Amino acid sequence: MGSYIPATQAEREDLMRACGLNSLEDLYAIVPPEARVSELDLEPGLSEMEVADKVGAIADKNVRFKSIFRGAGAYHHYIPSIVKTITSKEEFVTAYTPYQAEISQGVLQSIFEYQTQICELTGMDVSNASVYDGATAAAEAVIMLEERKRSGVVICGGVDPQTQQVVKTYCASRNIPTTTIEGGLTTQPAELARVLEGTTNASVLVQSPNFFGSLEDVAGLAEAAHAAKAKLIMSANPISLGILKTPAELGADVAVGEGQPLGMPLAFGGPYLGYMATTQKNMRKLPGRIVGQTADDEGRRAFVLTLQAREQHIRREKASSNICSNQALCAMTASVYLAAVGPDGLARVASNSAAHAHYLAGELAGLGFKTLNEGTFFNEFVTSCPIDATVLMKALETKGILGGLPIEQGILWCCTELNTKERIDELVSALKEVL
Amino acid sequence: MQLLFERSKPGRRLSLIAECDVPAVDFGDATRAQAPRLPQISEVDLGRHYTELAKQTHGVNDGFYPLGSCTMKYNPRINEELSQLPGFTGIHPLQPAESAQGCLEVIARTGEMLAEITGMDEMTLQPAAGAHGEFTGLQLIRAYHLDRGDAKRTKIIVPDSAHGTNPASAVMVGFDVVAVPSNAQGGVDLEALKAAVGEDTAGLMLTNPNTLGLFDPNILEITRIIHEAGGLCYYDGANLNAVMGHARPGDMGFDCVHVNLHKTFSTPHGGGGPGSGPVGCKDFLAKFLPGPLVKKGEEGYEFFTPEASMGRVRSFYGNFLVVVRALAYILTLGKEGIPEASANAVLNANYLLHRLCDEFSIPYGDSCMHEFVIDVEPLKHETGASAMDVAKRMLDFGVHPPTMYFPLIVHEALMVEPTETESPETLDAFVEILRSIYDEAQTDGELLHQAPFTRFIGRPDEVTAARKPLLRYQFDGE
Repeated sequence: MGSYIPATQAEREDLMRACGLNSLEDLYAIVPPEARVSELDLEPGLSEMEVADKVGAIADKNVRFKSIFRGAGAYHHYIPSIVKTITSKEEFVTAYTPYQAEISQGVLQSIFEYQTQICELTGMDVSNASVYDGATAAAEAVIMLEERKRSGVVICGGVDPQTQQVVKTYCASRNIPTTTIEGGLTTQPAELARVLEGTTNASVLVQSPNFFGSLEDVAGLAEAAHAAKAKLIMSANPISLGILKTPAELGADVAVGEGQPLGMPLAFGGPYLGYMATTQKNMRKLPGRIVGQTADDEGRRAFVLTLQAREQHIRREKASSNICSNQALCAMTASVYLAAVGPDGLARVASNSAAHAHYLAGELAGLGFKTLNEGTFFNEFVTSCPIDATVLMKALETKGILGGLPIEQGILWCCTELNTKERIDELVSALKEVL
Repeated sequence: MQLLFERSKPGRRLSLIAECDVPAVDFGDATRAQAPRLPQISEVDLGRHYTELAKQTHGVNDGFYPLGSCTMKYNPRINEELSQLPGFTGIHPLQPAESAQGCLEVIARTGEMLAEITGMDEMTLQPAAGAHGEFTGLQLIRAYHLDRGDAKRTKIIVPDSAHGTNPASAVMVGFDVVAVPSNAQGGVDLEALKAAVGEDTAGLMLTNPNTLGLFDPNILEITRIIHEAGGLCYYDGANLNAVMGHARPGDMGFDCVHVNLHKTFSTPHGGGGPGSGPVGCKDFLAKFLPGPLVKKGEEGYEFFTPEASMGRVRSFYGNFLVVVRALAYILTLGKEGIPEASANAVLNANYLLHRLCDEFSIPYGDSCMHEFVIDVEPLKHETGASAMDVAKRMLDFGVHPPTMYFPLIVHEALMVEPTETESPETLDAFVEILRSIYDEAQTDGELLHQAPFTRFIGRPDEVTAARKPLLRYQFDGE
């Protein structure tokens, strides 16, 4: 059996004696007999060697594709070596939430730096220290924008389907109405204006680049939302913000998104990172941890968790959210990633990803996969599929390629800087064999 | 300490990404006006920056961390290593299930073992943290009542000693909160509970042992009162480390639970996450769980969504790599090691309680479960040294202070949770530190207001931080 208890049997007996106990069982004398369990139905414990072997064997049952053309909310980008080195430092890994500022300046400063970087990416004034993922960030944004006299969110159809589901779960139990604009790969501002007309919706949720990869007319949608006195929440892939207009430039009131592309592995869906930023005006409505700069008694710069009057441990049922643990180490990962790539590197990751996607779209069009996006797309796009999508994907998988994601409209393809011309050309030859 | 932005020099860079090998795309007027002002930094400076930050961070590996209700036990290295296997990190969440059988097996087996430990029938690993688990569990309770056509059950009962997340989560799910007081022994006041229940009771949220570190001996009566009123019982698993393998929430009468993998199951806390808050429930609630769940089918593991699912609470399947670590931990400890861990966590706490109770006031009981609460009020009255002062002075000794000013029912509270992974020497050293601080307070209580004396910074001015929020770096000219 494995154990991480340092005390030897003799020492345990000493401790028991000091407490006046005859056996460890005495510790549970207060538990009613009906609530006691005599034995758990688990396997006996194992040595480290055996656990390594066992869990390693489970990992080996997964298929690692040598080439991935699938995104849809989880993106395969290059992760700089230094990102992994820094974020596995034991001090960062094993610390708790930085309640004790005097011995937590490292974590606190790193969150402050992260908040600054998110503000720079989004053009917003204030960022929190992170929430669980992009989907819950969108849900929290909807809730923070609710007002006493305005309630409800209009969701543009291009928002990631899982995000839509999470927003609906969060809204349903609080009786916040949700309206989804279906149809088409983008939402037109005129259509949004029509849906909003005569309503008292508090917010509109749009994603750009959206689930289908298309850039939405966010500025137009923001104008339509604001004309109806609703606020605009924009969800964006943070990589795209290396080159594309910021949510602030487009008129958004809250910027959210999935931070996974900023240095986090695919990892079967998590841990990821929800980022969340807003304007100065909404600062005190923002949920979650926020780090602020101040000074200590000798005037030295110091960082602390601040604006805690919004939070559950102070406000209990009046808190702006129940969030406590967030994704701090993932936020640090994003921060190290952004510092490592810098403004030029981030722009290169963004433009290479988009360039590869457009090159792939051209090659696919030559094979009869018609691009269905009408306007501009970023690093994802939807095509028709000339043959049965399941058969196609199976054939690609046998060649070590994870193809695009089959969706209702066709196939959703994705490229990043890792999908080089060589990889794309391999995919194209593999497709030619199947077709 | 310089900020990343203060280390930045235009033109410095790492060479990470290959040049583009296909024609570029012109995004025209969709292009941002100005590049984000991210730091421009060399790799060596980047490395040193974070090495400096690490020196100003206190983790479990830096010293004793008796932070009550947070279960800061040792985070085994093997779990870290296994969670970083490329066979886990490189798997796309939307790969076909047949190509991700290992990941599905991790989810299924960890869920089964957590269900066994908590006495539940079904688990979801989707919730990303404890509070997210509470949110999910309360959604189960809501779905159950609505499914029976009972829309009038709008109230969740929460004891006054509960974690702040409990009432906050209840509100997130649209419930009203009814607080019930604690009795003189620190448990739930049964008469007050009986008076609080009624036809509007949706359920009860309870931590047992509670935040005073006390196991409520009336637990069966408490859950019976709620059930007889037509409500359900939710177990906040924050303090599960006290009772694993000795008592199960399912056997205490609870209908659903969350567990904190980042507390009880040794996964690291990362300075505030990622955690993981799996939720378990009895069979009759399983159809409302968020999907997808994993089951073993004829051709291996497969996903399915429960028939009356509440919907998703997060994208994909939760903080998967955290679950891998917990799986490795449970496999390591096994059927004997799990109860042994809890018993030794309780033993260590009782040992500290016995060694400290002469100098310090410990208001509730002469024994405890995995944690206990010191009341610094008498010391403060006598010498002027508050819980805050005692906590801040501990920093000078390289110890992370206990949780301060919680639970709220003890005004000068220090909540101490040693965990099972600390040696008798560490516990004895902690006792000596507390005793020396006690002596210092007797000599010069006012001096302790200035503690800590040896850290990188003294006490920060939190009032100014909140009054004049400075929440991001100000670049030159701003």
